Amino acid sequence: MDAILLQILNGLDKGSAYALIALGLTLIFGTLGVVNFAHGALFMLGSFCTVTFNNILSFKRVTLSETELSPWGTPLEIHVPYAELWFGDFGATMIDYSVFWSILFAIPVMLLIGIVMERGLIKHFYKRPHADQILVTFGLAIVLQEVIKSVYGANPIPQPAPEAFVGSIDVGALIGMAENAVIYPIWRLVYFLFAGVVIGGIFAFLRYTTFGMVVRAGMADRETVGLLGIDIDKRFTAMFGLAAVVTGLAGVMYTPILSPNYHMGMDFLVLCFVVVVVGGMGSLTGAVAAGFLLGILQSFASMPEVKDFLFGFSIDQVIIYLVAVIILLTRPRGLMGRKGVMET
Amino acid sequence: MGILEVKGVNKRFGGLLALDDVNLSIEENTVHAIIGPNGAGKSTLLNCFIGKLLPDSGTVNFNNSSLLGLKPYQINQAGISRVFQTPEVFSELSILENVMIPAFAHRDGAFHISLFKSLAEETAIREQAEKILQDVGLVDTRHHTASSMSRGNKRRLEMAMCLVQQPKLLLLDEPTAGMARADTNNTIDLLKTISEAHNITFVVIEHDMHVVFSLADRISVLSQGHVIVEDHPSNIKGHPKVQEAYLGTAETQ
Amino acid sequence: MLKTLRISDRALMVLFTIFVLAVPLIMAPLGAGYPDLMQRFAIYGIFAIGFNILFGLTGYLSFGHAAFLGVGSYSALWMLKLLSINIVPAIIFAVVVSGLFALLIGFISLRRSGIYFSILTLAFAQMSYNLAYSVLTPITNGETGLQLDLDDPRILDTANETSQVASPSFFGLEMGDTAVVPFLGMDLQFNVGFYVSALILIGMFYLSLRIFRSPFGMILRAVKSNQTRLNYTGFNSRPYTLTAFVISGMYAGLAGALLVCMDPLAGADRMQWTASGEVVLMTIMGGAGTLIGPVLGAGMIKYFENIFSRMNESVIQGWFSALPDGVSDVLVAVVSPFLGSGWHISLGLIFMLVVIFLPGGLVEGASRIMNLVTRLSQARKAGSSRSDTRPQDDDVSSEGSSPSSVNTRES
Repeated sequence: MDAILLQILNGLDKGSAYALIALGLTLIFGTLGVVNFAHGALFMLGSFCTVTFNNILSFKRVTLSETELSPWGTPLEIHVPYAELWFGDFGATMIDYSVFWSILFAIPVMLLIGIVMERGLIKHFYKRPHADQILVTFGLAIVLQEVIKSVYGANPIPQPAPEAFVGSIDVGALIGMAENAVIYPIWRLVYFLFAGVVIGGIFAFLRYTTFGMVVRAGMADRETVGLLGIDIDKRFTAMFGLAAVVTGLAGVMYTPILSPNYHMGMDFLVLCFVVVVVGGMGSLTGAVAAGFLLGILQSFASMPEVKDFLFGFSIDQVIIYLVAVIILLTRPRGLMGRKGVMET
Repeated sequence: MGILEVKGVNKRFGGLLALDDVNLSIEENTVHAIIGPNGAGKSTLLNCFIGKLLPDSGTVNFNNSSLLGLKPYQINQAGISRVFQTPEVFSELSILENVMIPAFAHRDGAFHISLFKSLAEETAIREQAEKILQDVGLVDTRHHTASSMSRGNKRRLEMAMCLVQQPKLLLLDEPTAGMARADTNNTIDLLKTISEAHNITFVVIEHDMHVVFSLADRISVLSQGHVIVEDHPSNIKGHPKVQEAYLGTAETQ
Repeated sequence: MLKTLRISDRALMVLFTIFVLAVPLIMAPLGAGYPDLMQRFAIYGIFAIGFNILFGLTGYLSFGHAAFLGVGSYSALWMLKLLSINIVPAIIFAVVVSGLFALLIGFISLRRSGIYFSILTLAFAQMSYNLAYSVLTPITNGETGLQLDLDDPRILDTANETSQVASPSFFGLEMGDTAVVPFLGMDLQFNVGFYVSALILIGMFYLSLRIFRSPFGMILRAVKSNQTRLNYTGFNSRPYTLTAFVISGMYAGLAGALLVCMDPLAGADRMQWTASGEVVLMTIMGGAGTLIGPVLGAGMIKYFENIFSRMNESVIQGWFSALPDGVSDVLVAVVSPFLGSGWHISLGLIFMLVVIFLPGGLVEGASRIMNLVTRLSQARKAGSSRSDTRPQDDDVSSEGSSPSSVNTRES
């Protein structure tokens, strides 16, 4: 029982990331009808927003010590972040919580990136075949990835979680199970809650605002909405920006879990398309549900018992693709897709 | 026994009974029109003939073998060609190639690969295609890409693509939809020429009564999923049931 | 066989053969005349030709072809280890295995079309990569990759008496053998491995030419144009697309085998979906749907990969050294992120520009320039503009331009 609960929890953080990215993908595909292969890059850019913000925040003043020597015999360099110098303890706390602060930084940055992407590139491809959309966004993904690689280098840049959130809590004890049966890292729980808030926010936005209503109408029937005299263009730009923000934020908060590196975008891209397809292209709930399900499934597949059962083969990497293939063949509209959408 | 026999076909979509015990007998080498007001079920019926829809019950037999459950290419290989409402051709290919493809399908079947013959060697097929193009008046422009054609010419090309396969049955789904009078008359002439020159059975779904009465040997009137009248055109014109179907009964208040 | 080609096709074949055989001569002044690069040019040309048959001709965009490349590599290497160091059985085996693998994957993937098909191939590619990396390690040796060893059985060969690991050869001619011929102050390198690959490239190019000019090729173009209509015309399009898929998979397997014959190392990285992206780039930048486009694209990208990636900062500084310091510093700062290790940025940008503005790739660019030149010279000669629509001239038309719907009448 505790093993099962542990695996479910284990799958939640990755599942949350999948759900958020897939949500962004579906927003773009469902409203704009664009297949965006640069979506993984948005996730990656979000992570690097955190890195950048952290760098800015931790900008250090370098002085030479008057007393100590470095191993080479020269005066030891003392690195003190300006934030600490100017704000003392508050500054140190700020740096510690930089991941949270980078949310504030990331939102406008990702929004800008999304808007520029949409206005500059994507909107010229609305009428073009899906294959072309895939190709041009694939090219963009390469460019973005390589730019980050050239600026930040090829190595992962670990970002620590705030002190208070380091370590694990005994989840099992909280719900009445044996002590130390189910231990779970705090930050992953935070991530899951954060994802829940964002997802809830998006759904509420779509449901309870006029803008959201127009978007949902556009997802159902874009032509008619256009014919109704509603300026769908501006809303599309806004939607793309919103999707970019959501995906970027997923990346921002994921940094303590997976150290940002330049190719994480591509790594997640395939998985997230698979998630979208399993959930049903064009279905927001499907994307979210499939994201969590597949994350948990992946987690279960990596259990040692499962590995033993399959003669020592570890299938956690391939299980998602297998499931996707089966679903694509038997129920092409996915778990929750609308019937008749893309059933060629 | 007609070439196309439809017996007791029913099709329900949820609460709507689109086809209600439809019976049709299409005689060989005739032009048989199916008319009826909007929503009568004409397109649904056609879709049952070409493999797009499966009726809930009933039989559709062509030359005494069932059409139900066959895939589109199998229906074509059985000898049934169809012409779409909006002409569909291979836009990126040349006009000549557009006609050569059905010619190949007719000669070689649904799947055939001979990697050792080049297109240039297939002179028989090429001549066959060129002859058909001559019949429909497109032979001079045969090397042009199909995308550059006007709609009327695309219609001709489509007819050529059907004719080269020497079909036994040609299904036309509102062939003059959206056409101006001049185009309509051209289409009528084209169809008349073809029906006189070749042994083809035509099944035409049409709204334009001018077209129907110019061409048809027999007319079936469909209303609310059911064939209410089937007769010679001259008997259809003044038929009270037909008027009722189209115009409704007069209500005295 | 040559007789059945049109005259222009025959000329194309002759020109192509001459060009390929003369590559060492052509590449030497460009600083690209060394065996490794020339081999890659030929081998990726083969890969791209095969991919073009599926994408350019039939219209199906697959992101999974790197998997067939990888399968070809692994199979060939196992043959080199188990049967003989002669490359012939290795190549044959690799082509057969990758063909079967393509049959399996194609059978499943082609049940859908459009994006669903592309995503299916993506999924299969990643699955294969992961299988090769961590699950099927007895066959693939996982992360380390597969190599030739001293104690490889090689049942058809005589025992290896030497202390050196054997080198793949063609009936005794080793792939690495190179004859260096000085010529006009340059060193021309005539390498066995390159010529083996080049001859195979020429053969594979000829095969693709036959396919393009056959009824089969025409039907594939019809699939790309309007697959539903083709079904209504009486053709069952599924076996045709499957055949195209398997053929392109076999081309990829052949390329993978050749890679291993030149450099006997097979790693899982070759199977990642991003490696598939490379052949997509090549085909499109060269000109999807044309005959020589893929080969041009492959050559171009391999050339730039080697040349641009060597242009690091000091080289760039050398270019601008004649200019005053401030100016040259600025120029170096602006240019260097796009070259050297960052050259992929340039590649990505150029690719995007091609997809947006010149979807027919190099071939379309060349033909547009030619049209411009002919029109200019005609205008000058005739003194008045002539609009001509000679029937044979509607090759790469520009209506509705996009790589996925470019007219496939070729040059």
